[in-house]
This record gives sequence, C-alpha cells and structure tokens, in this order.
Amino acid sequence: MNNKNKMLIYTLPFLFFLLLFLFVPLISMIISSIKNAGGAFTLENYAEIFGNFFYIQSFINSIGISLLSSLVGAAAGAFVSHAMHSMSSSASQKILVCTNLTANFAGVPLAFSFIVLLGNSGILILLSEKLGIHLGESFNLYSWSGICLTYVYFQIPLAVMLIFPLYNAISESWLESATLLGAHKAQFWRRVGIPTLLPGILGTTSILFANSMGAYVTAYTLTGSAYNLLAVRIGSLISGDIFARPELGSALGVCLGAILVGTVLLNQMLMRRLQKDVQI
Amino acid sequence: MNDMNVSIKTRRKQMGASKVILLLVLAYLFIPVLVTVLFSFATQWHHTLLPEGLTLDTYRSLFTDITVLRALGRSTVLCAGTTLLALGVIVPMEFVVLTFFPRLEKLLQSLLMLTYAVPGIILAIGLIRTYSSTGIPMLIIVVGVYVILLLPIIYQAVKNSLLTIKAPELVHSATLLGSSPLQAFLKVILPCIAPGVLVAALLSFSILFGEFTLINMLVGGKFKTLQMILYETTNKDAHAASALTSAYFLMMGLLTLFLIKRSNATTRKGERG
Repeated sequence: MNNKNKMLIYTLPFLFFLLLFLFVPLISMIISSIKNAGGAFTLENYAEIFGNFFYIQSFINSIGISLLSSLVGAAAGAFVSHAMHSMSSSASQKILVCTNLTANFAGVPLAFSFIVLLGNSGILILLSEKLGIHLGESFNLYSWSGICLTYVYFQIPLAVMLIFPLYNAISESWLESATLLGAHKAQFWRRVGIPTLLPGILGTTSILFANSMGAYVTAYTLTGSAYNLLAVRIGSLISGDIFARPELGSALGVCLGAILVGTVLLNQMLMRRLQKDVQI
Repeated sequence: MNDMNVSIKTRRKQMGASKVILLLVLAYLFIPVLVTVLFSFATQWHHTLLPEGLTLDTYRSLFTDITVLRALGRSTVLCAGTTLLALGVIVPMEFVVLTFFPRLEKLLQSLLMLTYAVPGIILAIGLIRTYSSTGIPMLIIVVGVYVILLLPIIYQAVKNSLLTIKAPELVHSATLLGSSPLQAFLKVILPCIAPGVLVAALLSFSILFGEFTLINMLVGGKFKTLQMILYETTNKDAHAASALTSAYFLMMGLLTLFLIKRSNATTRKGERG
C-alpha cells in the first residue's frame, strides 16, 4: 500500500507541466479578460466585443465556416466510408492510407498548395482565363469561398478517420436479417443503418466543428489578418505590435474557449448515446 | 441463391453514387498535392495545361540553402527533443494511474477533453500573458506547452498498449516475485509497451513538425523552424515554396506510411498473443 502511494512521485513531473503550461495560462487569460489596460477589474472588454459589429462579425464568420466545413466534411466522410465499407478490406485500407497521407497537409503547406492552384495567378485560374471561362471573376481564394474550400480539405481526412470505424458497428448479418424479413436496402438504411450511425456522425461533426473554430494557420497564411475570423482576430490582438490589445484578445479567447467547451460537451453526450445504442 | 445474386447486383448499383463521391474526394485531396509537386519541377508554368519545361534546379538550390538546412536542423532537434521529454513525463504518469489508481482515470479523461477545447491560439494568449515578461526564454515555454499538446496522442497510444499487455496483472506478478513497482515498470512493462511508445513518438514528432501557431506567436523570428521558413517563402518565391512543400509532404508521407505499417504490425501481434 505504501509502495503504491510512493509511485505517485512519478506523476509529479506531469502535474508540474500541467499546472505551468495549461492551468496557469488558462487562468491568466481569464483574469486578463476582465481587466483593462491599466490593470483594474472591468467587464468593458466583453462589452466592447458584443457592442462592436467587427467582433460580432468574426463570430458569425467563424461559426458559419465551421458549420459549413464540418457538415460538408462529415457528409463527405460518411459517403467515403460507405463506399469503403463495400470494398474488399485491402482496397479500403489503401484508401485509408491515402486519406491519412493528406492529413499531414494542413496549415501553411495546404494554404500554399491552394495558392498555386487557385490563387491570383494560380494554375487553374490562368488556365480558365485562356479557355474563356474566367474562373477568377466568380471565385476568390482569399475570401469566404476560398477559405471554405481549404477548411473542408483539412476536415475530410479527420472525418474519414473517425467515421470509417463506425461502420464496424453495422454487421453484415443485420442487413441479411432485414432482407430476409422483406426490407429493401433503402428501408434498412433508413430504419436501421442511419439511426445507428447518426450519433457517431454527429459526434464527428462536433469534433470537426471544434477543429475548424480553433484553426488559425490556414486562414492566416491565405489572408494574413484580412479575413475576419475569431482565431485570426485573437492572433492579431495579442501579437500585433501596434494594435496589440491583449486584454481584448483574452476576452475573445474566453468566448472561443466557451464555444469549444460547449462543443466538446455536446460530443460527449452524443458519444454516450452511441455507446448505449451499440451495446443494445 | 438467385435472390442473393439480385441483392448483390442492386447493392453494386447503389454503391455507385458513393463510389463517385469517393473518387471526387480523392481527386480533391490529391490534385493540390500533385499540382504543387509538378510546380516544383517546372521552369515556367503560365497559361498552359502542363509546365513549359522541367528542372531540378529548384531542389538543388533548396538543399544547398543554408537557412533551409539550419531550419530543418532546428525543427528536428526541437521536435525530437520535445517528443522524448513528453514521453518521459506522460508515460510514467499514465502507467501509475492505470496500474495503481484506475479510479483517477476518469479525471484524466476529463483533462483530455479539456485539451481538445483549448486550441493553440488560446494557449498562445495565456502563455504570452503569463510568461512574456518573466525573462524565461519563450522557447522553453514552447517546449513546455508542446508536452501538453502531445498529451492526447501519447495517452491514447500508450493506453492501448498497457491494456493489451494487462499491465496491472504483470506488475502484480512481478511484485509477488519480489521486484519493486519501479523495477517492474522498467524491466517488464516498458519493454512490452515499446512498440506502442514508438508509434506514439513518431505521431508526436509529425504533429510537432507541422506546428506553426505557438512557435510563431511565442518565439517568432528568433528561432525559425521549417514551417516558418515555408511561410516566409510562400510570399517570396513560389517555386522554392512548392519544392519545400513537396519535400515536406514526402517526408511526412514516409513517416505516415512507416507508422501505419508499425501499428498494423503491433495490432496483428496483439491479436496473435
């Protein structure tokens, strides 16, 4: 017993890191968010955020892009997993390797690749000019549409990684039994397949949503701080030399953190639901 | 029998739609990569379907560029060193909790959930507020926060290994035979979970190698990693940036392939045992 408690010494280094590099910074961010530049306690940072359309817009943009990219990403992940499920296991393993490979492609390299492809003098843009389609007039990589395109890109590998294993829950024998009982395939998916998968897919969507809300590098590489996203605003408020307003940045950080905690809790709820369903 | 054939046929037909989507998704994922790789070999590429000429000059100048090589060195040292530190901090803690205090595991799970809700940009705010005026070099702070960043990855990989080998029972037997828990960890558990730890290490390394937000915000130009050089190059020289991106993709790709092979091998071994 005494031996056992002695072993707790080996958790101390971890607790040290946890305290210094997670808890202390989080608490200091929260405290900083309720202070003004002079150091007095105030709620004016929050008042400024919710009274200034510029900051409200960054919430709207971030939530909009995150909703869109997580829904499209999860839908793509579900269709891809569905197709993989119907293949031989070696074929589906190969596809999984392919999507895993592109999972490394996020942030700076990803943004740059899309600049080469669809930037102002991107290959596809110039080519379309030559063909007379003028893609550049309707599509701008450095705006909403371009950011969505790059965000969906980094969501898909993660979506496939999370959704493909869910299909293991649906066994071939269920489909056979349903068919023997006279159900059509479409009926099987509507009544059994989709309801079984849905909590997991929604849980995945919530992870993708959080992933996109916190994403910073891709948008930063594409547009600097020109496109108004929450993470980008925070970045420029804390690191910009001239416009640095760390207290306001902290308040935005607390808001982002609150949204993410809510998302994670939602995910937990869905996952519990999934476990319950699968056990039955 | 006949019915079954029909059902297989209709199944194939219905799979058509999702197979088309699969192909579109794969094209979407790989076209940017392929175009970037092709661009890195191109002499010029404007207004044509394919590059006007091919060259290796971009790579030649890239691999002789001392700033790039130094950045590669810095990134490798930083990421490998931090990975080792994180393993040294997290693996013993996890062993102790899972073996001797399984009831604490719930707490640990909530902690993991918290780290999911705290992206790099949020950590950056808090760390700048806390440490930027203390005189502690910010590079040390980055190393510290990287350990936290790696917690979910290492935790999951090592947990699977510890569960597979039934660590608590092994430790119990070892202590009955007269060894101390520490000896049991070092001589029995650690060798058994080594393959899982290796997978965790490689995964950690590749995550840190791609990290940009924290190192750029906390340290910036004073310690330029490969990611920072890449960021700078994208605004200056598209050919050099595409060569750098391609080389990065190749390196990460090889690491991923090796990882997949390793983790497949360990699961298969686990199944046999």
